[in-house]
Amino acid sequence: MMNRTLFIDPSRCIGCQACVAACRECDSHRGKSMIHLDYLEEGATTASMPTVCMHCEDPVAPCAQVCPTDAILVTPDGVVQEALKERCIGCANCVHACPFGVPKLDVDEMLMYKCNLCYDRTSEGLDPMCAAVCPTGSIFYGTLEELLGARPGAAASDIVVFGEQEVRTGAAVVVPATPVGVGVGAEQAAVPGGYAP
Amino acid sequence: MTTRPIVPPGVGDFREEGAEPAIGWETPAPAGSRLVPTHCCYCGVQCGMYLKVDPAGRVFGMEPRDHEINRMKLCPKGVTAYQQVNHPDRLLYPLVRDHRDAPLRRASWDEALDRVASEITRIQGAYGRDAFAVYSGSSLATEVTYLMGKFARVALRTKNIDYNGRLCMVSAAAANKKAFGIDRAANPWSDMLDTQVILVAGSNVAECFPVMSNYVWAARDRGAKLVVIDPRETPLARTADLFVPVRPGTDSALFNGVLHVIDREGWLDERFIADRTVGWDDVRRVVAAYDPPRAAEICGIEPRLVEDLARMWGTADRAMAFHARGIEHQIQGVENALSIINLVLATGQIGAPGKGYGTITGQGNGQGGREHGQKTDQLPGQRDIEDPEARAFISRYWGIDEPDLPHTGASAVELVHLMGSDVKGLIGICNNPLVSMPNAHRITRCYDSLEFHVQLDFFLSETAARADVVLPSAVWAEDGGTTTNAEGKVVLRHTAAEPPGEAKRDWWIVGQIAERLGIGEKFRYDEIDDIFEELRWATEGGNADYRGITYERLEREGAISWPCPSEDHPGTPRLFEERFSWPDGRARFNVVEWQQPHEPVDDEYPLRLTTGRTVAHFLSGNQTRRISALVEQAPRPWVEVHPSLGFENGDAVRVVTRRGEVTYPALVTEAIRPDTVFVPYHWAGAASVNLLTVDALHPLSKIPEYKVCACRIERGEAVTPAPPPPLAPGQAVDPTAARAAADRRPPSAPQGRGTGQG
Repeated sequence: MMNRTLFIDPSRCIGCQACVAACRECDSHRGKSMIHLDYLEEGATTASMPTVCMHCEDPVAPCAQVCPTDAILVTPDGVVQEALKERCIGCANCVHACPFGVPKLDVDEMLMYKCNLCYDRTSEGLDPMCAAVCPTGSIFYGTLEELLGARPGAAASDIVVFGEQEVRTGAAVVVPATPVGVGVGAEQAAVPGGYAP
Repeated sequence: MTTRPIVPPGVGDFREEGAEPAIGWETPAPAGSRLVPTHCCYCGVQCGMYLKVDPAGRVFGMEPRDHEINRMKLCPKGVTAYQQVNHPDRLLYPLVRDHRDAPLRRASWDEALDRVASEITRIQGAYGRDAFAVYSGSSLATEVTYLMGKFARVALRTKNIDYNGRLCMVSAAAANKKAFGIDRAANPWSDMLDTQVILVAGSNVAECFPVMSNYVWAARDRGAKLVVIDPRETPLARTADLFVPVRPGTDSALFNGVLHVIDREGWLDERFIADRTVGWDDVRRVVAAYDPPRAAEICGIEPRLVEDLARMWGTADRAMAFHARGIEHQIQGVENALSIINLVLATGQIGAPGKGYGTITGQGNGQGGREHGQKTDQLPGQRDIEDPEARAFISRYWGIDEPDLPHTGASAVELVHLMGSDVKGLIGICNNPLVSMPNAHRITRCYDSLEFHVQLDFFLSETAARADVVLPSAVWAEDGGTTTNAEGKVVLRHTAAEPPGEAKRDWWIVGQIAERLGIGEKFRYDEIDDIFEELRWATEGGNADYRGITYERLEREGAISWPCPSEDHPGTPRLFEERFSWPDGRARFNVVEWQQPHEPVDDEYPLRLTTGRTVAHFLSGNQTRRISALVEQAPRPWVEVHPSLGFENGDAVRVVTRRGEVTYPALVTEAIRPDTVFVPYHWAGAASVNLLTVDALHPLSKIPEYKVCACRIERGEAVTPAPPPPLAPGQAVDPTAARAAADRRPPSAPQGRGTGQG
């Protein structure tokens, strides 16, 4: 997990799409929202959840692994960057490789787009647009200590399990606190894979 | 031959198109751009935000702002609010109609204003002063709301002025005055962080006041329990510790039942009752008849829920209650609020950190807009217009003779119903009653029977589109001024841009009309600051005392809660710590007996219809139905029905009441009571749910009973189209709006369509 990163807490999401609207305001991809906002139980409840890039770490992000032109770079601070426009060939390998379904393909430009953690903002100390505006803190940006300061008793996981495969992520998911204790680590209950619909 | 790229499966269905602002996306900030601090134009939370302004003075974006109210947080309406400023639908010059059947055409300011002044003079000469009315609104800056009240009383000398808060805040205001002697939320929301129980009744907080949700979550993070009372399982209710799905129109029975249990179990605060209240014995006698089985029977819930709610509230050391339009939009709206206040008083849960009560203001300036004299029974500073002392003070201040100061006139809906008979002419500003008032067929007939109607607006609303004269005004970002949020915090807006074309600021327009009526000397202001200076002294000694608030202080301090009687006074974030505002300092219990809604269900109309908002839109939608991102999220109205009623998602369902019928696409969801259907009210024309709602009014507050009327539903043939918003001559329909008008599908959830839905 990165030092300052995104923590996603689906239980707090109210589905308002402020994150979607704010993502479009980001100067690095104005007009394009990188956030997937899904209503999870249509016909049953108002449940909803944002999906952002999880900035996978283990061993290197799957999208970057499969990119045939090495267009997807990972900066030393662990942020998995959007595909470089001059290298991207729009093959969509990344779209299929991503375990979370995050990258988007602009089919007119034939270019990949995805969340780069508002690198223009976060590299200068500003919060990413989505986390700044999220009315409930369902998307939280900061360190684990800052999260726990704001939400005593919270727990987060940076491991997502897909069957036998574990993916360690740079962003984290807030999980129900377990008796094991508070914090991030191998002892913590991992998030079962496929928690997104 | 043109070829399309081969699209890999699963990547072509993201909803990206259409969210583009109508003026397109500007390139990133040019050098020399600046951030102008202001507050949102929409709901009563009044989130702080920055507007990005380029060197040419164009507003081209927003930036989150770390203001004490919202700490950078915004909802999708707030994020996109700036897109109104340079919107191609803006009204750029005055419009007039040569006769009733003629189309609107461009006119000069002189022609339009001369016409307004001569019609005022003609109508008042022929029918008397009260025949010309003013209908105002609470999204205006407080300065303008003060000005509208003064304009009606001093320039027009008509008693008939009222405002659209009558559709919003008046039940809560009346209840607060009856119980506490003053009308304001009792606590700052930050008090929630220190409470153990938060009760939310009749408020879809997550969609109508999204940023308030963060206070609720901050409290829950610290161990507070949340109870939500609503016929729908709203996004806030979904995770609540206790959800009480009451039948619409039964709220006071629930709270009487809860108080019954609290009394039975001995969870009263006897000392608080003895020392700080009056009237408990009468209330105690009445709630004795509301045992949980009876209350639960009325509310259509299990008796266990009444017991659980009572235990949760009654055993807490510190608890806070909030309510909004769900319980207030009823012919017993005042009583519903009072039944919650009785609960608060009986348990002493008010006047301390973590102990409190508040109503949640709907419009951005719902609080400030109901304090300074545009309400027909009120003078500046929350003064009663029938109070001789208040009349003498304000008459002296305005330099008029007291007998010339009009008395109470008609309230909003009554005012519209008087059109054609007692009311012949109207100035309308900041409202769109053809969409927002109940029983809309009748409202349209009333407006059409006016001899003269002038409307001020920045977009051509459905109401403005039928006016004789339309005067183009400024959006909030093009003027300064203050607003007062739902907590009673006064905040300052800043001017980020000049109005486009020939559009003018509201107070300039009103001043020009006054000049033509020969009373311009009382309405000459160089800037909005001058009006605030006049206003704050006008409130001196009133309930809502703004005397000590100045723009300089607001600039420095961010927000100041009234009452603030002097410039060295810190303001009053929390009320009632020592005393209530009645002369003896005690709060009043008020006896509440539950009564049936105006229109009970029967065999012919067996379901309850309730209405409300969705997160992407605001009130009558004149602003938000033009913002493409919001239109994409929620392009059209729908009807929410429980699966047990036998419809499939997307079916055309005809909703029929005694007033009319509309066919909506069904959003079939378990998150609503089976005996209740819901339709959001932001849309106009044949798809407006206000064609169906009942125009029964609360006898005291005159609030309409939007939240419950009897209906039936049937399988429909075709979904009723929702027309795009009206446009001025020469304006083209926005492609997103056109697509929305052709849309026939329900959303994926009450909050709109997910980004994966095309």
